[in-house]
Amino acid sequence: MNKLIANPREALADVRDGATVMIGGFGTAGQPEELVDALIEQGARDLTIVNNNAGNGDHGLAALLAAGRVRKIICSFPRQADSHHFDRLYRAGKIELELVPQGNLAERIRAAGAGIGAFFTPTGYGTELARGKETREIDGRHYVLEYPIAADFALIKAERGDRWGNLTYRMTARNFGPIMATAARVSVATVHEVVELGALDPEAVVTPGLFVKRVVKVPRKATIGAGFKVA
Amino acid sequence: MNKWTRDQMARRVARDIPAGAVVNLGIGLPTLVANHLPAEREVLLHSENGVLGMGPAPPPGQEDYDLINAGKQPVTLVPGGCFFHHADSFAMMRGGHLDVCVLGAFQVSARGDLANWHTGAPDAIPAVGGAMDLAIGAKQTWVMMEHTTRNGDSKIVPQCTYPLTGIACVKRVYTELAVLDIAGDGVRLVEMVEGLDFDALQRVTAVPIWRRER
Repeated sequence: MNKLIANPREALADVRDGATVMIGGFGTAGQPEELVDALIEQGARDLTIVNNNAGNGDHGLAALLAAGRVRKIICSFPRQADSHHFDRLYRAGKIELELVPQGNLAERIRAAGAGIGAFFTPTGYGTELARGKETREIDGRHYVLEYPIAADFALIKAERGDRWGNLTYRMTARNFGPIMATAARVSVATVHEVVELGALDPEAVVTPGLFVKRVVKVPRKATIGAGFKVA
Repeated sequence: MNKWTRDQMARRVARDIPAGAVVNLGIGLPTLVANHLPAEREVLLHSENGVLGMGPAPPPGQEDYDLINAGKQPVTLVPGGCFFHHADSFAMMRGGHLDVCVLGAFQVSARGDLANWHTGAPDAIPAVGGAMDLAIGAKQTWVMMEHTTRNGDSKIVPQCTYPLTGIACVKRVYTELAVLDIAGDGVRLVEMVEGLDFDALQRVTAVPIWRRER
């Protein structure tokens, strides 16, 4: 069993038009920059993207949006100081937005990976974001029914991995990685270091390899506020 | 009118956070509270992007953008702190495991409804982030905000006119003028700025202020 793939381009060769693609990251931490660049190069169109945000600046997800390749984005916090590509597309009616409270977004992704059909959550009850949704009172508390979000691909950034796909992460770059890995048909992870089987402490593996289909080694980069730089 | 500075407000909030508490400080004004927690008081700071035991900002030049807070600013980790993924992080909130959450607000109603995510302006692009999860998740949700809008309108209102973040979730409000507990049909005065006249406070507050336990 060997999940190592030579480069990001090969790892995403089979993304089809209309695919749902999860992209990890919160801010630039955990953003799989190389995979997003490969997705831009790959050319698939009409994508549904699941991410916490809707792109920053002109790179990564923002560039994918700017290239007109995204039909719909499911996220919790699209509007930011540097989300100008999303802002323009949204105001022009060229991109569909499904706005989801961050914890519901995480739990909907988790539910998809865990085989849960739907769940009742208190978050959002009585607000605009629950309008039209089924609700229920359970033990005196009000809940909203939310459905899972599954994907065709998940693009995530990890730190170390082995050929079975076992992964560890680095600090807050972990964020959506472990749950997105469980919720996609094909999960692709970048790592900065590939190690021999057994080298990762089994007590400290964060994402067990069975959730990961492809592992790509990319050069280590330091994450900085405005993007990335080579360390 | 006498008023507390932003740092004095933050110090006042910090005074109410007990040792051993697990606390989430929202983006903006509430973030200042961290600067006023005495070093000897063990308080665990939670950030929704996946860190418990958040420390202060690193010295210039030592920022690592893999270690950031919910406002995407670089932070540090205290000894004993740890990292976790987003579903665990929001389980901590939604599951009622945080003791206190301090949030900013556009409006708070007399029954504790919170509006802090969207002005509802037709051209505004909505963004909610973790606001709705935070509002309803913690054991206690406190709001830290200016008492009035720039136009002088009370931000404590009989009913929120902005889109709601959560219903009946706020317990206490800290402004530059007073500390007020939500009382359902009004607010209860806990403390006000020294030298401030009660009637003056009531005039800038759109709901009745009760002065003592009834």
